[in-house]
Amino acid sequence: MDAFTTLTAIAAPLPLANVDTDKIIPARFLKTIKRTGLGVHLFDTLRYRADGTENPDFVLNSEPYRRAQILIAFENFGCGSSREHAPWALLDFGIRAVIAPDFADIFYNNCFKNGILPVRLPRAVCEQLMADARMGNNARVTIDLARQVVLRPNGEEIAFEVDPFRKHMLLEGLDEIGQTLQHAARIDGFERERQAAQPWLPSLHA
Amino acid sequence: MGAGMKRTLFDKLWDSHVVERLPDGTCVLYIDRHLVHEVTSPQAFEGLRLAGRAVRRPEATIAVVDHNIPTSDRRAGISEPESRLQVETLEKNVAEFGVPYFPVLDARQGIVHIVGPEQGISLPGMTIVCGDSHTSTHGALGALAFGIGTSEVEHVLATQTLLQRPAKNMLVEVSGRLPLGVTAKDLVLAIIGRIGTAGGTGHVIEYAGEAVRALDMAGRMTVCNMSIEAGARAGLIAPDETTFAYVKGRPYAPAGDAFDQAVAYWRTLPADEGAAYDKRVHLHAAEIAPMVTWGTNPEAVVPITGAVPDPEAEADETARGQMRRMLDYMGLNAGQRMTEVPIDVVFIGSCTNGRIEDIRAAAAIARGRRVAAGVRALVVAGSGLVKQQAEAEGLDRVLTEAGFEWREPGCSMCLGMNPDKLAPGQRCASTSNRNFEGRQGPGGRTHLVSPAMAAAAAVRGRLADVREFV
Ligand code: SF4
Repeated sequence: MDAFTTLTAIAAPLPLANVDTDKIIPARFLKTIKRTGLGVHLFDTLRYRADGTENPDFVLNSEPYRRAQILIAFENFGCGSSREHAPWALLDFGIRAVIAPDFADIFYNNCFKNGILPVRLPRAVCEQLMADARMGNNARVTIDLARQVVLRPNGEEIAFEVDPFRKHMLLEGLDEIGQTLQHAARIDGFERERQAAQPWLPSLHA
Repeated sequence: MGAGMKRTLFDKLWDSHVVERLPDGTCVLYIDRHLVHEVTSPQAFEGLRLAGRAVRRPEATIAVVDHNIPTSDRRAGISEPESRLQVETLEKNVAEFGVPYFPVLDARQGIVHIVGPEQGISLPGMTIVCGDSHTSTHGALGALAFGIGTSEVEHVLATQTLLQRPAKNMLVEVSGRLPLGVTAKDLVLAIIGRIGTAGGTGHVIEYAGEAVRALDMAGRMTVCNMSIEAGARAGLIAPDETTFAYVKGRPYAPAGDAFDQAVAYWRTLPADEGAAYDKRVHLHAAEIAPMVTWGTNPEAVVPITGAVPDPEAEADETARGQMRRMLDYMGLNAGQRMTEVPIDVVFIGSCTNGRIEDIRAAAAIARGRRVAAGVRALVVAGSGLVKQQAEAEGLDRVLTEAGFEWREPGCSMCLGMNPDKLAPGQRCASTSNRNFEGRQGPGGRTHLVSPAMAAAAAVRGRLADVREFV
């Protein structure tokens, strides 16, 4: 996973609430066995017309937003299916951060596992950032994870909250499984204690 | 959680699975059961392979195929190449890593959330995860069950744990009894209508009260299944005699003395008297009618006796815009009566409503009636065993004589990933759980309803109030 430290990039406005993961990447594109290559299908139904051509009204189909690395949206972003294909599609397109008033839990988790930073900020702040994001080539927003601030194009700093553990993992680009395996002895011990206390727990081996 | 504190069901499930609490409060949480399917696992197994890691406890893991498979005769294999590759990849992975697996022609095959409880793989008191958001279904047994992403699937395969922070507790209490013709599906739609699709975000919802206690396990699973549509990662119902009777005798459930020991433990799980919840919601069952969604998220729901709401009456601008967009997508007009909405397709099935009880409810309405002209109606059992049971009861004949299609088990038309799909503009009364744009196929329009309501809609050719049929 790529580390996330500081990002200065074009922010694209997506003024929608309840953007579900079916909208981010429809189910018919989940047949891949890889993590990459989903970027062309990101927001497929919004981005393309029925005949397959680009919908010129969709923000990511216009300059400079084709190069956007930050997305500004409204409430409950990433709700619905748990598919990690949603952050994979965002990442494959180039998005490294999403700013919204709140996120669905599974999507929020999935972002951190893929080097994407989801930033929760109050609705009123998101509306300001939405206006900033409409400034085309001037829609350059900076996110400094170490300092936990978003910098608006006018230089104003906005502080945000992030869980310290997740922040650390993201800043360092660490492999979570490797981290957990440092506790392997404790996991072994836990399993033994549990099997002793609850001997009825069945195994699925035939 | 200090000793002597009053704990909720969730608190007890959580505490009993914490392997280690890290300084910042993140916990290494032990996972008892890991359910795996073909769509969200290939990249996880690939990750293990690349890192040279093994599956830590194959005997706590079970794999099925459900999302991709066609629901027609499957003996000839899967013709769609990408779907076939995903299924073949799963088969290769389970063989390589020694994970138990129910293949497509096994009678035990079915939708992962139907199979787990049916086989006694999912049990009260457990932590259960799956790379699928509707894992919340298994919470009906009194287990902490939630959906995870593919990176977490890999994490569980490698470590049998997850790094998690505890959720908050929410209690949804439903007093009284559901009226005749009103089912668990209507109850959960009413709950989502009340609290909204983000109402449970960050929480685990425990459902309680007389109406919930009175539900059978199938109904409880329907309610917990849609917790995710209310924003909660997990739903819970405290285990009781109904639960124990359901579990007893299941193939993988403990038997004999072991079962009694298990029950003694499970009885300790319900919340302590006076345990605190972060949020409480109360509903009166008697006030709930059969429900139907009109929009493109599950909180856009009204009683079947109601009408499509008017966006112009909405004060908030974003909400107003969203409602307009929903009506436009759904091809509905403000003020239109729900019972006047004609339908093209009926889908009865999914992990929400694909159990035998659901098929019985649909067959009871279909018996002696006919599917309306021009309507295609599908019934898809949630597992091979549900299908066998229905056939043993003659329900397949009742349904096919009425003009319903009787298909092989799988996710089917719940999501547009296999050959069962809506065509653009087609309108469907569906017993599934998501009415998002394009969920059942690009341009398809979904109205979520109960199985009996779906059968009634099939017969009428438009959305219908099932109470006129009973
Ligand atoms: S039936 Fe639908 S919701 Fe359930 S697991 Fe299958 S696709 Fe997901």
